[in-house]
Formats: sequence, structure tokens, C-alpha cells
Amino acid sequence: MFKLEKRPSPSKPWILATPILAVVMTMLAGGLMFAVLGKNPFEAIRIIFYDPLFNAQFASYSRPQLLVKAGPLILIAIGLSLGFRAGIWNIGAEGQYIMGAIAGATFGLAFYPTESPLIFPGMVIAGALGGWAWAMIPAILRTVFRTNEILVSLLLVYVAEKFLASAAVGFLRNPEGSGFPGSRQLNRIDAMSNPELFANTGMHWGVVMAFISVIAAYILLNKHLLGYQIKLAGQAPRAAKFAGVNPSRLIILCLGVSGALAGLAGLFEVSGPAGQISIDFNVGYGFTAIIVAFLGRLHPVGILLAGLLMALTYIGGELAQLMLGIPASAIQAFQGMLLFFLLALDVLSNYRIRMKKGEATA
Amino acid sequence: MSAPLLSIDGLTKAYPGVVANNQVSFQIQPGEVHALLGENGAGKSTLVKMIYGLVRPDSGTMSFMGASYTPAEPRAARATGVAMVFQHFSLFEALNVAENIALGMENPPKPRDLAARITEVSEAYGLPLDPGRLVGDLSAGERQRVEIIRCLLQDPKLLIMDEPTSVLTPQEVEILFHTLRKLSAEGTAILYISHKLEEIRALCDEATVLRLGKVVGTCDPKSTSAAEMAELMVGKSLAVPARSEAAHGDVILEVDNLSVAPASAFGTPLRDISIKIKAGEVLGIGGVAGNGQDELLAALSGETITAPNAVELKGKPVGNLSPNERRSAGILCGPEERLGHAAAPDMSLIENALLTARHRKSLDKNGFLDWGKTRQYAEEVIAAFDVRTPGPENAARSLSGGNLQKFVIGREVMQEPSVLVVNQPTWGVDASAAADIRQAILDLAGRGAGVIVISQDLDELLEISDNFCALNEGRLSDTKPTAGLTMETIGLMLGGAHDMHEAEVAHV
Repeated sequence: MFKLEKRPSPSKPWILATPILAVVMTMLAGGLMFAVLGKNPFEAIRIIFYDPLFNAQFASYSRPQLLVKAGPLILIAIGLSLGFRAGIWNIGAEGQYIMGAIAGATFGLAFYPTESPLIFPGMVIAGALGGWAWAMIPAILRTVFRTNEILVSLLLVYVAEKFLASAAVGFLRNPEGSGFPGSRQLNRIDAMSNPELFANTGMHWGVVMAFISVIAAYILLNKHLLGYQIKLAGQAPRAAKFAGVNPSRLIILCLGVSGALAGLAGLFEVSGPAGQISIDFNVGYGFTAIIVAFLGRLHPVGILLAGLLMALTYIGGELAQLMLGIPASAIQAFQGMLLFFLLALDVLSNYRIRMKKGEATA
Repeated sequence: MSAPLLSIDGLTKAYPGVVANNQVSFQIQPGEVHALLGENGAGKSTLVKMIYGLVRPDSGTMSFMGASYTPAEPRAARATGVAMVFQHFSLFEALNVAENIALGMENPPKPRDLAARITEVSEAYGLPLDPGRLVGDLSAGERQRVEIIRCLLQDPKLLIMDEPTSVLTPQEVEILFHTLRKLSAEGTAILYISHKLEEIRALCDEATVLRLGKVVGTCDPKSTSAAEMAELMVGKSLAVPARSEAAHGDVILEVDNLSVAPASAFGTPLRDISIKIKAGEVLGIGGVAGNGQDELLAALSGETITAPNAVELKGKPVGNLSPNERRSAGILCGPEERLGHAAAPDMSLIENALLTARHRKSLDKNGFLDWGKTRQYAEEVIAAFDVRTPGPENAARSLSGGNLQKFVIGREVMQEPSVLVVNQPTWGVDASAAADIRQAILDLAGRGAGVIVISQDLDELLEISDNFCALNEGRLSDTKPTAGLTMETIGLMLGGAHDMHEAEVAHV
């Protein structure tokens, strides 16, 4: 029989080893699944993890995609991780992402066709405010009426999606678009576009912002009082109160920051890679970022790596669908395995496994 | 006496890193009151858990009435005739007494029959208890009676009692002892676990002393002095804390008609509490847990905000200030719950030093934390208070209770507060650490601070406090000088047993 025994302090080597082990076990279990599906597991794993970056034929297209996909994931996940550490569960980043994009796009398009270098910075601020305002709804309901922020933030995603649809066919519809839904192409308007900064890297302002947020979150959590209070509130709420932490202020702050970062991600997406407000503008970054945040153990550097890894499995997964005809649902199961193994192995950093001895004569 | 009731031979139980019991052997005769004496961590709990079938020994044998006894679970122990009253009760507050007792029985009789049985047993043993009352409304002493009666209904041959008096007032202790003597006279053996020596001298026929998991001696408590037993238990003689004889200064903290509504349905309100402490004074607040101790500490620490004038420090109103503002002003607190309230279990001692010392030790600049300085402060506390840990980077939960308590108290004392409020400063702490903590509190008062010690341990309060008052159902009694107080007066101040209420009113 096995027995789990709590370690007096979390094990440092295991904290570093479990993500690597989780990836290895995902490859083994996923390979097995691909084999059962009748595909060559080695080829499938190679296509998912190796080809997007190094295959001579595809890499020129897929390598820039890595940053394009990882950027918003990291940016949103960093914001979410602050709240998650404090025990504040913002599940609605997808909605804040949509509202940020709509707010930013509306701000920019209101000035069309003016060309001014001030428009894009204004859109960035409007995008952050849009996401922030959408996150303030669960924050205020929680602090004033003690509603559950998980439910409120999640349900507001669906409200945001409806709002997105009405914007795409209504007030933001391109007047010169022959009646098709969708706004003007922001990325074709110089004053409103978020261009690729270096050719063929995928690097745009959103990716820059993601890297800045990683550094800022690292400093906040390790050097600043606020980061200390966030960790304290999550680990020992009573001790946090004793230490003078105001729980309501923390809720408003954490939800606000995660909403603003999600809004920024939406704005950079709509003005860059996506290019316009359309009915199907959101593709689930806000939900996947939750996985990224936990995959990275809510640690800024971990989230950076997890975002890149998650983006890689997306791109590689698409490639595997294309090349080997692996069904999309199998790719999703593969991604789920990654999260499963990571969380399951996480136990080992706080617990050690002991073999239970046979019962001695009593 | 002839054949022993329970005979224990060479019981050993090891946990990773610690041998809780090492070759423990002793015998209990029928009808004997047998004391199991030892400090916290000496292995008493593990030993009785083995007897009660909660833990299986690694090696060694037990026999009960001559037959081999290997209980696989508490149910088997109960079937053999062993019953146990735990230190922490397992009762449902929202159910009444009879329902709680029925829940613990294998085949509960009909409610009416059970109520009759409860009344019968409670009268026979002098433990007044109404089977229809809600447990949430009962005092700690009455709750203990529920547990005892639950055991007595099984007609046990051996009754194990784990630290039964820690929650009782002196009068309730007398009632309990009366019951236990009666049981013993009827032939029920009692295994009585405690570290309170005077109680054991008053009650027990035989004592087995455990230290670090081993039996270090047996004695007849009636003919052995408390000091001799203490030495046997601790392994060395303990110094009595030295107090400074300096005269007290001006009033430093004044609490004026403080009332706070309860936070939850079974919480305790604070009613019209008034306290005055002078510089250099130690005020002891006695009382059974759950009578408003936590609430009082929260109102003084700033976790509960009150009217500004309800709490005044050196004449300035502070009742509406936050915990950190009060720390800056000079009021520091040490809550009862070490893990989760006074300290964050998974954080390092460095991070825990920051928890309360940030303002007074200037451990941050504009919100940016000075970890070097914080580490230095944690190390100072560890050195000054002899906290046993490999280093300040270790998590708080890796420390033993006594060591963490020394760290938590040291963290406050070394900030040199004007007023220190501590709740249960030595609860669950071994005797030598407790002596160190008490000395640190007295030294702080000697340097001119006012100190409030809230505690259930009357011996502790009598030892260190200048003045004494008691908290009962959220009300504070009058304050009296500790010198010359008798146990009887203290008992009346504590509110006595619930049945003593009338008596108290009649006295006043």
C-alpha cells in the first residue's frame, strides 16, 4: 500500500522536476492514445513538439505563430495568477478580453479616418479600461453583496459574447463592407494597427506587453508588499487580516488587474493578428489562460514557459491534424493530459510517497 | 490487588523522525485511578490512541482481563469495555444532547428511552444534564458531561480521560472529580491523562510518568510532592519566573464600555468591557475558552473596528484604527491560533517576521520589501528566543508548537510595544518553552509595557499577573489583585459551573 506523507517544507527539486516529468508522461500516454488511433506515435509527437519550430517546410509559417498565440495567453494568465494566488477566482477573462477589444476598437474607429500617433495609445488605454470595467462587475458584486465571483465572471463571458455579436453587426459594422458583419480592418489603418515589429518573428506590441507583465508580476510578487499580501491572503486569510490586509481592496485590485490585462490582450489581438471585430473574434484565450496559469504554477516565469508550451501544442496540434489526420478531439485530450499530469504530479512537491509497512504483531 | 485489568507490555510506535512510544509497559488494576503524566509531546496521546484502537503499535502486546487485546478500531475497544473522553469534543452544536449521544451509539434505543437513561445516569453520577438541550447552548463543562455520559452508557471497565480539566472552572473540576471517584469506587478503572500535578495528587492512586516516549518512572502521587513529579516529567528542575518589583506607572491602555456583536450564530458578543492597565502591569484574564477571548483580542488588535473612544492608548482614541495603525501606535497582539492566525503555515519564518513587524521595524520602503533586513530580524528573534529551527527560511509549519510559539511571541516582544495582548501564550507548549515565554512577558512588563495575558491556565495567570479578572459569556468581572486570591473566589469570578449561576447572583 502507498501512503502520502506531508513534507515539512515543499521540496525544491520536485517543484522543478514535476513539469518536466508531466511533459514526459503526457508524451507517453498521448503516444499510446495516438497508437490506439492507428497513428505512428513517434511521428505524432515529433509533429506536435518539433516540426512547428524546426521543420524546414513549416517552420517559416509556424514559428512566428508561437509568439502570436503565446502573447495573449501569457498576458491574461499573469493577471489571473495574481487573483488565483489570493484565492480570488476570475474565470471570466474571456469576457474581459472581448470587452477590451470592443472598447479599444470603438475608441479607434470613433476617430476614423483621422491619422494621429495618439490614437493607438488611446486605444490601448481604452482596451485596458474596457476589460477592467467588465471585471469590476463581479468585484463589486462580491465585495458589496457577497456574490460568488466565479459564477458572475463566468456568466458575464456569455453576455460579452452577445455584445460582441451585436457590435459586429451593429454599431461597429464596416459601413463600406457591403453589409457583411465585422468592423473595418484595424490592422490596415496605420493609426490603429498593431503591426509585427520584426518581420517573421510574430512579435507585436501585445507580446512586448506580455513580457513586461511577466517582469512586473515577478517584481510585485517577490519584492513588493502587495505581492506579499496577495500570497498571504491566499494561504492564510485570518493571518492576512491580522497583518492588516483589507480583503475587499484585494478583491477589487486583483480582479481589476486581471480584467485590465485581459482587455489589453483583446485590444492587441483585434488591432493585430485578428484585425477586426467579428462575431467569432474570441477563440478561447481567456479560458486557456486559466490552464496556462496553473501549468505555470501561478509563477510568472512558469507562466511564460507554460504559455509558450501551450501555444506550441496548439500549433503542433493543428499541424498533426493536417499531416496525420488526427482528430481535433484527440488533440484536445492530449492537451488535457498535460494539465492532468501536471496537477497530479504536483502532489509530489508537497507530499512524499511511502510504502506502508506490513502490520506488526499488535 | 490481584489480576490487572489492563496490562501493557513493551508497546512501541514510531512515526517518521520520532519514536512516539518506546517499550512502554505498565498495568492498570480494576477500580484504580491511574495517571499518565508527561509534557506535550511525551507520547501520552499516542499511547492512549493505541489502547483505544485508533493507532496500531509497531510492536509490544496488551492484554485486557487476562485475554490478549488487539483492538483494530475504536468500536472493538468499546466492545471490550474501553471508553474514552477526548480533549476535543466531537459534538454537533445544532443537535440536542440526546441526539448527539444517539449518534455515537451502535444501536440507539428509542429517543424517549434514551432520554430517560441519560437522566438516570447523569443523576446517579452527579452530572446534571438536560437531554433536550441544544449542545450549541452548553458550556464547555456541560459538553464534557455529554461525552462522559456517552461513555458511561456503554458501562465501560476502563475509562480514558484526555486532559479533562483544561476547559473547566475549579468548581466544575470538583464535580468531575466527585464523579470519577464514585466510578472508581464502583470498580471502573480510570486512565487519567494530564500534566497538572496538583490534580493528579488529589485524584490518582498511581502515576506512570512518560518523557520522550519512554516510561521514566512510576510513583504514588499521594505521597510524592508536585516538585518531585515535575522534575521526573521534565527531566530538570524549572526556575520560577522572576518578576520585577518596580512600581506601576500611569494608565497606558483604557478600554471603556466596549461592546461587540457576535460574528456568527454561535459566536460570543462582548458586553460592556472596561479595562485599565498601567505601565509595567500584567493583567491576567481568566475564563473558559469560547467566552469571548478571541473576540476581545480581535477588538484590541484592530481586526474588529469599534468606536474610537472604546479603546484608548495613552489617552488617544485608537478604537477605529486598523491593525497596522495600532501597531505603529504601540499595541501588539499574539493571537491564540498559531498556525493560520499568528503565522502563515506555509510561509518561511522570514515572511512570517514581516507579518507584524513591517511598521515598527521599517522593513519596507514605499511598499518595496527589504528582505535582507527582514531576514535579519527573523534571525534576531530566533537567537533571542532560542527557537529551534535549521534556519529562518524554513516554513512555519515545520516548527514544533512550542518553538513556533516562541517565535510568534518573540516577534512581538522584540518590537518593544507599549501594550502587548496575548491569548493563550503557552497553550500546547512544553514546560521549558512555557517558562521562557512567561519570563519574556514579565521582562517586557519590567521595561514598562502594559501586558494583557488571556489564558485558561489559572496557574499561569496566578504566577505572572499582578491583577486578575475573568471573562464569562462576553462579560468581564471586576479586577482584583492576584495576591491573596483563593481558588474559590476565582471560580466564582469565572462564573463557575452553569449550575453555579444562581449561587453567583446570590453572592453579589
